Amino acid sequence: MKPFDYVRPATVAEAVAAGAQPGAAYLAAGTNLLDLMKGGVSRPDRLVDVTRLEGLDRIECLADGSVRIGALVRNADLAHDAEFAKSYPAVAEALLSGASAQLRNAATVGGNLLQRTRCAYFYDTASRCNKREAGSGCDARAGENRTHAVLGWSESCIATHPSDFCVPLVALDAIVEIEGRNGRREIALDELHRLPGDTPERESALEPGDLIVAVRLPAAARGFATHARYLKVRERTSYAFAVVSAAAALQVKNGKVTEARLALGGVAAKPWRARAAEDVLKGVAPDAAAFQEAARRALADAKPSGDNAFKIELGRRIVVRALTLAAAGTPARMPALPASPFASISGAIHV
Amino acid sequence: MNHSISLTVNGARREFVLDDPRVTLLDLLRERLHLTGTKKGCDRGQCGACTILVDGKRINSCLALAISHDGADILTIEGVARGDQLHPVQAAFIAHDGFQCGFCTPGQIMSAIGMMREGQAGDVPERIRECMSGNLCRCGAYAGIVDAVLEAQAGMDESNQRRSA
Repeated sequence: MKPFDYVRPATVAEAVAAGAQPGAAYLAAGTNLLDLMKGGVSRPDRLVDVTRLEGLDRIECLADGSVRIGALVRNADLAHDAEFAKSYPAVAEALLSGASAQLRNAATVGGNLLQRTRCAYFYDTASRCNKREAGSGCDARAGENRTHAVLGWSESCIATHPSDFCVPLVALDAIVEIEGRNGRREIALDELHRLPGDTPERESALEPGDLIVAVRLPAAARGFATHARYLKVRERTSYAFAVVSAAAALQVKNGKVTEARLALGGVAAKPWRARAAEDVLKGVAPDAAAFQEAARRALADAKPSGDNAFKIELGRRIVVRALTLAAAGTPARMPALPASPFASISGAIHV
Repeated sequence: MNHSISLTVNGARREFVLDDPRVTLLDLLRERLHLTGTKKGCDRGQCGACTILVDGKRINSCLALAISHDGADILTIEGVARGDQLHPVQAAFIAHDGFQCGFCTPGQIMSAIGMMREGQAGDVPERIRECMSGNLCRCGAYAGIVDAVLEAQAGMDESNQRRSA
């Protein structure tokens, strides 16, 4: 690991000033950053430790019915917060399907949003990677790419964003609060991560010094509590990144869907909101035909980036199954294997 | 630049001067305190051999910078027995052959203790496998590990009931 300087600012303003310096990186838990630094993928000159900043580790219910999650709240603490899990069950389920218990105890909300792709060529410094080194080329394009993107990719980059947490968040219109050199601003989570285009090295809308301080779910997100699921296909039962995942949330009145939310994970460089699929669900009965049409719409623009055409059909099936589970209702208890299609307690159907 | 930190390790307060911020909690425990029970397997947060409790919660010590944990309360495998009296999880691992080579065992035991404190596993084997999935055992002693954790969990529930009775 390359040597670095270490600073621990006392205030957010000091952190932003230190974080805006060239070569600086913010350190929270470090579960992703230290791994990348050990591999020589990330080589910061200075770590700005934000873990002691006051007031960023709280889950607050605001007067307007929204919930504000501090950027330093640990993944496990959020998932196990009873009130949060009851109100946003798909978010809790997604959190509990990610990583391992040890990592969830450490990893933070802000760090989860900003985790880097798990593309093996990004991690391997002997490989060419436009994301790691702009303009160097992409060895994934003709390499082992069966888990790579099927939506929104470019010839420059076919990497995916690995977060589970972000998938239901983007479905529920999460907002990201950012402190930067020009003060506080907020953007939709949907606008945080960029598609690769010709500049895959630019992964997010953040500018130098920008520090995510909180994520907010608007009041309307609570309205899906009784019909919200996250479903994640992995290559082993637990402790693996998604091959494809989906968050589905419905509101159903008098046998008709009145509101629908759908997003996919593991398919693109960002959590993928499927608005066209949501639109076809509104006003129709929550049945298999409707869900299959939604799935068709959700993957309509998908195309393989390599040996991964199977992910398109897999994506459709996961969408149908996630919507079917959401329509059946949020289970009273978290499934034994959160988000797993193999859970014995619920969700064992084939589509 | 040197950085001074203090940690409580297995109940004893310790002061350290770090001449390099790259030191992880894992390396500090092993190299500075010679507490070599905590193992370095992958050193990348994938295998769980380095699992310790920090402020009561299990984490991967290989991905934790010591400098960022100034003031933390740390429990390692060396701190779980009371003298010659094994921790119930340790005893259960012996009773159920929850290991073969033993390399992953300290991490497995610390993870199991952490899991029981989290109170999320209950007595369902499927849940225990899920909640322990961050600890790999290349010998494949998983069946014994799950049995050991189930027994330790049951023993703890029983003693909790006795205490509250």
